[in-house]
Amino acid sequence: MSQGEHRNPVESFLRMDRMPHIWCPGCGIGIVVNCFVRALLKSKIDVDSVSVVSGIGCTGRIAGYFKVDSFHTTHGRPIPFATGLKTARPDMNIVVLSGEGDLIAIGGNHFIHAARRNVDIKVICVNNFTYAMTGGQVGPTAPLHSIATTAPYGSHERPFNLPFLAESSGATYVARWTTYHVRQLTKAMVDVLNKPGFCFVEAIAPCPTIYQRRNRMGDGLEMMRFYREHSRIANGADTRSLDIEMGGEIVVGKFIDRDRPTYLEAMDEELSKRLGNRYVPYPTGVKR
Amino acid sequence: MKADPMGVLVGAHFLDGDHACCEGALAAGCRMVFGYPITPSTEVVERIARRFPMVGGVFIQMEDEIASSIAIQGAAWGGKKVMTVTSGPGMSLMQEHIGFAAMTETPCVFVNVQRGGPSTGLPTLPGQADMMQARWGSHGDYEIIALSPNSPQECFDLTIVAFNMSERYRVPVMFMMDESVGHMTERVIIPESTEIDIEPRRLTRAQPSEDYELYAPEEDLVPQMPPVGAGYRFHVTGLTHDEKGYPVMNAWVQEKLVRRLVDKIRKNASEIAINQEFELEDAEVVIVAYGITSRVVQRTMFLAREKGLKVGVFRPVVVWPFPEDRIRELAGRAKAFVVPELNYGQVYYEVERLVAGRAPCRLVDHGGGALHDPADILKVVEEVLR
Amino acid sequence: MVAGKGNMAAKKYRGEVFINRDRCKGCGFCVEFCPTHVLTLDREFNTRGYHPPVVVDADACTGCDLCGLYCPDFAIHGWRVPVQSDGAGE
Repeated sequence: MSQGEHRNPVESFLRMDRMPHIWCPGCGIGIVVNCFVRALLKSKIDVDSVSVVSGIGCTGRIAGYFKVDSFHTTHGRPIPFATGLKTARPDMNIVVLSGEGDLIAIGGNHFIHAARRNVDIKVICVNNFTYAMTGGQVGPTAPLHSIATTAPYGSHERPFNLPFLAESSGATYVARWTTYHVRQLTKAMVDVLNKPGFCFVEAIAPCPTIYQRRNRMGDGLEMMRFYREHSRIANGADTRSLDIEMGGEIVVGKFIDRDRPTYLEAMDEELSKRLGNRYVPYPTGVKR
Repeated sequence: MKADPMGVLVGAHFLDGDHACCEGALAAGCRMVFGYPITPSTEVVERIARRFPMVGGVFIQMEDEIASSIAIQGAAWGGKKVMTVTSGPGMSLMQEHIGFAAMTETPCVFVNVQRGGPSTGLPTLPGQADMMQARWGSHGDYEIIALSPNSPQECFDLTIVAFNMSERYRVPVMFMMDESVGHMTERVIIPESTEIDIEPRRLTRAQPSEDYELYAPEEDLVPQMPPVGAGYRFHVTGLTHDEKGYPVMNAWVQEKLVRRLVDKIRKNASEIAINQEFELEDAEVVIVAYGITSRVVQRTMFLAREKGLKVGVFRPVVVWPFPEDRIRELAGRAKAFVVPELNYGQVYYEVERLVAGRAPCRLVDHGGGALHDPADILKVVEEVLR
Repeated sequence: MVAGKGNMAAKKYRGEVFINRDRCKGCGFCVEFCPTHVLTLDREFNTRGYHPPVVVDADACTGCDLCGLYCPDFAIHGWRVPVQSDGAGE
């Protein structure tokens, strides 16, 4: 049997004419791509109704590889771009796939406000604890004491705990998995593709070339083994307890799954009440 | 096509420039605006927030200008006519996304109600010192279109033109108002929708396929745009890209792409140009002025003519691309050029470059915060004629 | 391309795994996380200088596709081929 008779399922979702991709051996971003493709297959949604938006960085290149209408925007701004796209096309499923430096440092303000407004977008954040594409500068989630080119003697900044940040900002769905937890990560992506509102999935991923090399943490495989041995699944855990320390336990799971009206639903309700028959509703085309 | 009557507030109104700009956007078919409040532009989005729910539009007040300037582009690719509205400091924050819009050929309108700068400057007072920023504020080479209205009526009329040009050339259009025009209240006539021409989106005629080329230009160098979610599976990136839209990092693709982005405006400049000329037939001195200053110099021209001085006014309504050919023509027969503007020399240097030593050019600069005294400009006119 | 029967008594399907040798970057994830230890890293290099996986126990493959999920380079995947209950499919 040849490959032509049974293609890798990712191939029909990716721009194979752009392979090989730019990611290093042992990088976890490709695993996140695998999980997202399986999630698209499992959720049975029309692929043409899905758009992938990303920012800048290693993970930001995902948009360029996905064979859907895809947008590789500016550094830190995929969330407001996605907000505009989703508002214009409420019938579409808009997925933001980007890294933690892009989404949480330069884009942090957009992240908390989109969550607060409950814009109906799905944010999947690949967290590899560093700015990998630019050579390994310290990032907003870098654990205390980690070495980076711009923290050569170890980071002394307190990192963000992303699930806590997402929950407190208003996200309707919050999960964290590592790239070792491929089945759970896929399930989380299926969940968010079917859930209205601002949904957040943190995918912790190895970065052997940049982050791990500098911090003497071994290669990609060693990090994957570390995830296997040092992760603890705690669905429903208090997000305040999810800090990550160098070499410490990583608590993973689905933490939040709640319902709030989306931005457009809340807008529609408020304006209908206030304006009565003077109100001309924005045609969202969404039936829930 | 003609305007959607729902957005056209037909009749005679007493409006300030900010409110008239809002009505122009509505008439142009804009139903999606993302903005952030900033003096002296805030009245535009305040009126949009009031008006949009009655016409099926959505206004979102974003967390900052950076978000506003990229959210409009998401909505533009989602098929909407979009604009954002700001003033000096907000415009500075938006610069990266003006470059993104130029690079990705996203139709959108940026309204800048100019105030005195730099920095926080004079929030409630006029300036015209953002003209070069409007042209070149983002990094890299690109061309945009900039219009400069001088009355509330023009804030209505030219906002429609701005939208039409952004669709026609797939380029960010800068709508360069200033505080005086924005806060000046005058009679504004809004015509019937059947009298308002609207440029529709240049939608692609190609069918979705593996070989679909997102950026294959038409004869006028402008590519057609695909609808999102229709199976084209296109890729949009701010990286240098080939006609398929894929990133390619080399000098040849850069040359091909950026030259086209520049040429699609430069080579269509005569079609884009809108100028007004007053008494230039016999003019020995040409006053070049735009925006609010083009009204101030009407008085200067009147005073000069009363004194028997042959003075005319040339007003670029579209400031960028600059009306180079017309200035060159005028340089062949005028004795002098006088350029008053509310800055220390921006458009002036364009005039000087085009006149190229054939006649003396004089800048009448002004730091902003107020308008020129017409008599001060007249003094300079008299000096150059001496 | 190697087919395995799997260890399913009912034999409703057998697992198969496909390896695209030259797309592999040798991270070893598939070898490590294959639950039935079907794979090992080849001693030979591929054309890009990495050691791709090779099948050492085809019969053990259940076609679970964990290798496919774990492969960051889309160079391997598994699937299941239905087997007729009378064994004719073999």
